[in-house]
Amino acid sequence: MATMTPPTTTPPPTADQSPAYRPSTAKRAQLWLANHFAILTAILVLLYLFLPVAYTFAFSFNDHGKTNIVWQGFTWEHWQDPCGVPGVCESLVTSLQVGVISTIVATVLGTLMALAMVRYRFRGKAASNLLIFVPMATPEIVMGAALLTIFVQGFSNIGVNLGFTTIVFAHIMFCLSFVVVTVRARIQSLDPRIEEAAQDLYASPMQTFWKVTFPLILPGIAGAAMLAFSLSFDDFIITNFVSGNESTFPKFVYVASRRGIPAEANVIGFSMFVIAVLLVVGAQVLASLRASTPRK
Amino acid sequence: MSALAHVAGDPAVSPAPPAPETKKRGWTAYLLLLPGVLWLGVFFILPLVQLASVSLQSRYPGFPGYYYRDLNFENYVSALTDYAPHFARSFLYAGLATFFAFVVAYPLAYAMAFKAGRWRNLMMICVIAPFFTSFILRTFAWSQILADEGPVATVLNFLHLLPGGNIINTPLAVVAGLTYNFLPFMVLPIYASLERADPRVIEAGGDLYANGFTTFRTITLPMSMPGVLAGTLLTFIPAAGDFVNMELLGPQQGKMVGNVINDQFLAVPGGYPVAAALSFTLMAAILVMVFLYVRRFGTEELV
Repeated sequence: MATMTPPTTTPPPTADQSPAYRPSTAKRAQLWLANHFAILTAILVLLYLFLPVAYTFAFSFNDHGKTNIVWQGFTWEHWQDPCGVPGVCESLVTSLQVGVISTIVATVLGTLMALAMVRYRFRGKAASNLLIFVPMATPEIVMGAALLTIFVQGFSNIGVNLGFTTIVFAHIMFCLSFVVVTVRARIQSLDPRIEEAAQDLYASPMQTFWKVTFPLILPGIAGAAMLAFSLSFDDFIITNFVSGNESTFPKFVYVASRRGIPAEANVIGFSMFVIAVLLVVGAQVLASLRASTPRK
Repeated sequence: MSALAHVAGDPAVSPAPPAPETKKRGWTAYLLLLPGVLWLGVFFILPLVQLASVSLQSRYPGFPGYYYRDLNFENYVSALTDYAPHFARSFLYAGLATFFAFVVAYPLAYAMAFKAGRWRNLMMICVIAPFFTSFILRTFAWSQILADEGPVATVLNFLHLLPGGNIINTPLAVVAGLTYNFLPFMVLPIYASLERADPRVIEAGGDLYANGFTTFRTITLPMSMPGVLAGTLLTFIPAAGDFVNMELLGPQQGKMVGNVINDQFLAVPGGYPVAAALSFTLMAAILVMVFLYVRRFGTEELV
């Protein structure tokens, strides 16, 4: 993978002391602060990003009564039986199923579209570009509302009622554009001469695609799939419109928030966070291991 | 929106090499596009057309989803007059949240691109990871952190920095929630464009006797503009349509337009036409703003 000049070698742009000049302690502190301003701010911002996650984690141990709002004492109870509250694990399973199906379909359709957009010239390209861009610039609430109007009318006539199917249809739709732009960026970064070389060596177009192009764009496809899954898994606004009586995990939490979210939901929310971090860190480690192994 | 792609793609993808014009022509492109375009046609365009037609029908006081079949522009009049304050609040709060997110996100993105060294992948994970704790859970967590007896309000009250005495259930809490929830959408595109910038160009600024601030203003910031542009759009658009932050953190009175649309659709009988008109107005307003904004600041990198 092509990388740029490692920026670690860059001296900080603000450092500009000449050796003859001996700054006072106050001045040196000021310089140190100026040099480390960005990194100190970054650490503060990261702490800010994690603050609610930490709260969620802490309150997963709360020995709460009716509502999980005031700290009442420590317990392992909720971690021992995260499914102890009715509905919470059912909604999690629904979310995971929706996420997996939507991710697979959106990734396949989006990758095909991205290939067409980068590798071909055709009539209607500008229109296709617009069709891909506009869903990303449309607020979720508008998409949810629009989907609801067709789902309650046209779709119920052909036997599709609000529920699991309509959630999946909607999720594929809003993930699709994000998959296209992610994969497209990856394809654009490839040197087309690599494929030409394959063809010069008498590879058929199919062979060229599966042996050369596909492995090269695979990291982009994997990234797009991860993005699609996380968008689908965390979606509430569109899901709320098109789900009928079906409950996903975010919807369960939202509905529960009116009377107090059970600590079991905190357990599940925090576990998903840990699992995701482990997966991403694992993938990074794997990638760096593979990069450091010499190629044959 | 190529900067957007870096949200999930690996950030080290170099810019495209100068591709010779060898693009293929033919029907294959249409075959590749067909399934995706059909999907967007049926589940994006068609619903919008239906929404448009609903927005022109009269209120039907009965089972949701049924309307009088007529043509009526009153819903739009109502959307633009009765609900003008809601639109104003939505755009104001979303605008403020976008501004604060920019202020908070830029140093983080800058540090990730130029100062983090081997920690940058870890920082990247830290930016994305909170996403996986459901955003509703995190917003609920904020409602407790900002609550009257919570740590933030207590400290600010002790220092007499809080004129109203509380944060929760005020517009301030809503803006704080919006800023928090969409922050990663601001960080990642800015990081992506800074990461692609050549650090030697920034060094050159220092070599030419520009001080830190001048270098930043005349070199670094302009180089990151594509990312800033994508980031502000990715923050402003969802923030303007959001209703969850207002519902969980905001006051009872003075809601945003997203709350009205949500309530009219899901709670008010016969509310569909007005809600549809509100949705359409919101979408049109955002598209116009996006268009003007991209024309004013845009680069070819967008779209």
